[in-house]
Amino acid sequence: MGIADITFYAFAITLVTAGFLVVVARNPVHSVLWLILAFLSSAGLFVLLGAEFVAMLLIIVYVGAVAVLFLFVVMMLDVDFSALKAEMARYVPLAGLIGVVLLMQLALAYGTWAFSDGIDQRLGNPIPPIDEVHNTQALGLILYDQYFLLFQLAGLILLVAMVGAILLTLRHRQDIKRQDILAQIYRDPAKAMELKDVKPGQGL
Amino acid sequence: MDGFFSTTPGIALIIAAQSLLVIGFVMVSLLFLVYGDRKIWAAVQMRKGPNVVGAFGLLQTVADALKYVVKEVVVPAGADKPVFMLAPMTSFVLAILAWAVIPFNDTWVLADLNVAILYVFAMSSLEVYGVIMGGWASNSKYPFLGSLRSAAQMISYEVSIGLIIIGVIITTGSMNFGAIVAAQDTGWGIFGWYWLPHLPMVFLFFISALAETNRPPFDLPEAESELVAGYQVEYSSTPFLLFMAGEYIAIFLMCALMTLMFFGGWLSPIPGLPDGALWMIAKMAFFFFLFAMVKAIVPRYRYDQLMRLGWKVFLPMSIAWVVIVAFLAKFELFGGAYARWAIGG
Repeated sequence: MGIADITFYAFAITLVTAGFLVVVARNPVHSVLWLILAFLSSAGLFVLLGAEFVAMLLIIVYVGAVAVLFLFVVMMLDVDFSALKAEMARYVPLAGLIGVVLLMQLALAYGTWAFSDGIDQRLGNPIPPIDEVHNTQALGLILYDQYFLLFQLAGLILLVAMVGAILLTLRHRQDIKRQDILAQIYRDPAKAMELKDVKPGQGL
Repeated sequence: MDGFFSTTPGIALIIAAQSLLVIGFVMVSLLFLVYGDRKIWAAVQMRKGPNVVGAFGLLQTVADALKYVVKEVVVPAGADKPVFMLAPMTSFVLAILAWAVIPFNDTWVLADLNVAILYVFAMSSLEVYGVIMGGWASNSKYPFLGSLRSAAQMISYEVSIGLIIIGVIITTGSMNFGAIVAAQDTGWGIFGWYWLPHLPMVFLFFISALAETNRPPFDLPEAESELVAGYQVEYSSTPFLLFMAGEYIAIFLMCALMTLMFFGGWLSPIPGLPDGALWMIAKMAFFFFLFAMVKAIVPRYRYDQLMRLGWKVFLPMSIAWVVIVAFLAKFELFGGAYARWAIGG
């Protein structure tokens, strides 16, 4: 077993354990923290595959931004943890049922899955080879040259979703006092404060 | 001996030694950065600053660090103990981790990643967790308010830092620090560096770096007039020391980023003088001086002003700059000042 294998198993075991703990952790904040560990380990797996650009994006986007917002929301929740635990016991059979159904669906899908010849060799050797084109470059070529229109359309859909979310939640309240930032910025300093010319080393 | 250092354990040993060297450099400079910070601050306010321990008070930070370490660790009764202890460690370790890809001279770098600049950005975006976890785990009002503020603040300014970095990446055509510095080596000395073509972004980056590292005038997560000490209220002894150290290391990292991205890294400002790590360290020290001066001179921002500045001023400006740089690079205007991928590789 080489170092790469040991690292792989370390990351994989951490990932699975963290994923499991996300589900069973009693405190939702702890769940989010385990989720962050899971994200970080999967970033490690991407690095092992030679996809360092994807790994960094995973950390920046998911851990650096999305998980912070999760944590932000979860921290603000006022949840009675013991009540939550009792609820969990009630829903365990239902959750188990859903899990079994999903497992069976996956088994049905993968049972008839036919792998083409030599796939195990190709998985480890991405096209184009890593030493010819950096994966940042390769991704850029695919996203911005080959699938330019689809990429832009995906961005547009996200934009529409964002506008929709803002539209649904934005309520402009009239009954509260607001700051007029422009008025504050364009206030005449001469009227608000007195400037003294302080000589260096002497003070007032 | 040669044989051993080309085997796996030998290479591991060399890497460990190099890492220790970098950590040692960071920790030693940390001692004098804290001292310098306090001295500069004192000088602006016409005080003497630390002047008792050692010659000119030079060893004040050593004494402080010792004192922190030997004090008792107090954990609040209602605190979430594991997370409470994890928070300062996260903050410190992440700050140190980012130094793995910072080069001090040509090829003087621990890990020469293709995506080095993204790695640094990722690590500095993770630093928010130390603050959030610390504030939440303390189970107390002021720390919690401080951590909420910091979460919103750091995410907001990360966005504009990311966009500013994209401008530099477009100009260089690489995310490797070595390539970024090599692209600034035009033979024009100080006028070949990126600060000239990217001039507005230098100021934006500096201000965003202040906000990202919770430095005054944007130190609202620990604003003492409102929140006592924000997320650090419940911390004492070594955990507090780790928070402080992590904060200063992150600031120093931002100085290194400024130097590498806009001010030519280890290149000498005057053509003809030899390049070297000394230039790099001198430039970093200069930017730390600027950080300290800002802390001494500028009064603290109000929180709504801070958020407005981040989202309504910096974000549109940096997005516009990315578009402008992309345009200038595509058509190689200004003598190719924005399209240097031929030089940098």
